[in-house]
Amino acid sequence: MKDAFGIPQSLLVLGGTSEIALATARRLVARRTRTVWLAGRPSPALEQAAAGLRALGAEVRTVAFDALDPESHEAVLGKVFAESDIDLVLLAFGILGDQAHDEREPVSAVRVAQTNYTGAVSAGLVSAAALQAQGHGSLVVLSSVAGERARRANFIYGSSKAGLDAFAQGLGDALHGTGVHVMVVRPGFVRSRMTAGLEEAPLATTPEAVATAIELGLRRRSETVWVPGALRLVMSAVRHLPRAVFRRLPV
Amino acid sequence: MSADTTVSVTGWGRTAPTAARLIRPATYEEAAAAVRECGARGGIPRGLGRAYGDAAQNAGGAVFDMTGLDRIHAIDADGGTVLCDAGVSLHRLMEVLLPLGWFVPVTPGTRYVTVGGAIGADIHGKNHHVSGSFSRHVLAFELLTADGGIRTVTPGTPLFDATAGGMGLTGVILTATVRLHPVETALMTVDTERATDLDDLMARLTATDHRYRYSVAWIDLLARGAATGRAVLTRGDHAPLDALPKGARARRDPLAFRTSRFPAAPASLPEGLLSRTTVGLFNEVWYRKAPRAQKGRLQRIASFFHPLDGVPHWNRIYGRGGFVQYQFVVGYGREDTLRRIVRRISEHRCPSFLAVLKRFGDADPGWLSFPVPGWTLALDIPAGLPGLGAFLDELDEEVAAAGGRVYLAKDSRLRPDLLAAMYPRLDDFRALRAELDPRGVFTSDLSRRLTL
Repeated sequence: MKDAFGIPQSLLVLGGTSEIALATARRLVARRTRTVWLAGRPSPALEQAAAGLRALGAEVRTVAFDALDPESHEAVLGKVFAESDIDLVLLAFGILGDQAHDEREPVSAVRVAQTNYTGAVSAGLVSAAALQAQGHGSLVVLSSVAGERARRANFIYGSSKAGLDAFAQGLGDALHGTGVHVMVVRPGFVRSRMTAGLEEAPLATTPEAVATAIELGLRRRSETVWVPGALRLVMSAVRHLPRAVFRRLPV
Repeated sequence: MSADTTVSVTGWGRTAPTAARLIRPATYEEAAAAVRECGARGGIPRGLGRAYGDAAQNAGGAVFDMTGLDRIHAIDADGGTVLCDAGVSLHRLMEVLLPLGWFVPVTPGTRYVTVGGAIGADIHGKNHHVSGSFSRHVLAFELLTADGGIRTVTPGTPLFDATAGGMGLTGVILTATVRLHPVETALMTVDTERATDLDDLMARLTATDHRYRYSVAWIDLLARGAATGRAVLTRGDHAPLDALPKGARARRDPLAFRTSRFPAAPASLPEGLLSRTTVGLFNEVWYRKAPRAQKGRLQRIASFFHPLDGVPHWNRIYGRGGFVQYQFVVGYGREDTLRRIVRRISEHRCPSFLAVLKRFGDADPGWLSFPVPGWTLALDIPAGLPGLGAFLDELDEEVAAAGGRVYLAKDSRLRPDLLAAMYPRLDDFRALRAELDPRGVFTSDLSRRLTL
């Protein structure tokens, strides 16, 4: 069960090698979280992530999960929920893709969309149903500011996050009053493996800062969290810029 | 029985809401049926929802609202006992019993608790050093157990000791027979004095507490430096008839139970209304306005015992984020721990305006009953105070290291692995539950969180 501050005792990470997810898990394990499930494609990285959390004192299990295989989600996640209550599901899988390459290879672009959006729709709905049955729990969905307004440089990724974001908001409304809390997290540019080699955007942040914001959001039972918080204002302005102006911005 | 409705349930502190089917049985048969049919995620009895944490919520399962079973069956006005349903509130008992010259044996800071809840949390009051906790005055109760059967439980049995303080996890209490305290009037004679700091307070309480049936100290935890732990002591007893001035209105009807009621707190209040500044200001005024020393003032029962009951929904003043109650006890001889914790709380600047210190007398036999002989401090803090979770974890460590414990009826955040150190009879409790309720029919968010 979550405590009075929204800190979970059990955590399921979908996308078990995500740096933001692992930073969040570390933070929560330092508090109350004792059981962690890391779901992801079996890999040395996944096992290494599990070992890292075990070293902090958590009981960690890995589970084979593939965002691109929605047919399997019900069975795979069903097994996790059947073992015991999950207080927090962190939906953290996602790929950035390579915009220039993906524009030339539509099949690669579709893979970005299928991972970030289709996979999340399936895993999100399966998780939501299980959380609703247990009458409590949080679903934290890692969205992105990229979904707030599509920009030339990464609109394939951005559109997939826009879909995910809209889906998660609607899911949160659908679950209102059921004891289940859905929180959409919109980080800006996060310095991580995913963005290695990219030019840094203004207001860049770190996985640790996102983790801090998630913990605060859990305590406040927030529905939307921007990281850093200043992006809420910035993006509100950006969203209303005329297309002709936005196009010419160096973003 | 009302139709099942899924509702969001929280404790009085309004943190960590979960959803459950609310079932309000109107007969014992309906209660038994509700227990038999509550499903895989079990059920938990609930009274008036004054437990601060998650003791009376059960995510995804059933919550049995027992306030529909609220009949007073028999009053022995000569012997001083009452037999009533568990859903009867102490408020109702006072209304009925005071005109007959009887008072409840123990009341906490609110009279809006049910008799079932009073046993389940084994509540204590300002008279603990004299009268012990509520279960000491319970002569028998009827318990609806997981198999749907009803057992009569009397003191001195394991089932009694598991249920008194057992947070509703042994079964649903249906009725109880409670021994009452005789009174001549519905007024209190109250002595008030101020203590300049914690040591002064402890010295005064130690030296003179035995002279008073009821005793409590309000303590200013925002005061720092030399004033750390400054307090206002309020102590008294039921006023005898001849203490009432001749010709006074109260003299004509000395047993009339009068309460006052202010408007309810608004449903939605901004976060941070109770900041260090506002609470500091309140505390300053509260301390200054208390008389340095005053003897024998007459006060109504409601204002002496339950000042907050006059403001319905006062828990809303903490805003949407809710609040956390922290109550612990450390034994006599561990005053060093108490001093250290009070100093830490005042250094941490917890905006608490309801901090209360008192002395406990002998413990009662309930396995998870909270009171043990020693000092108990209770305070409430807005849940949104930054770093509060980690800070209270550190206080828990100090409490546990001193052989003390925190109160489960108020808990919403204890680290589960500290529980066994705090409650040495925990294994007995778990063993009895495993035997009595092998399928875990009685389950609450508290029991899940702490694996009770």
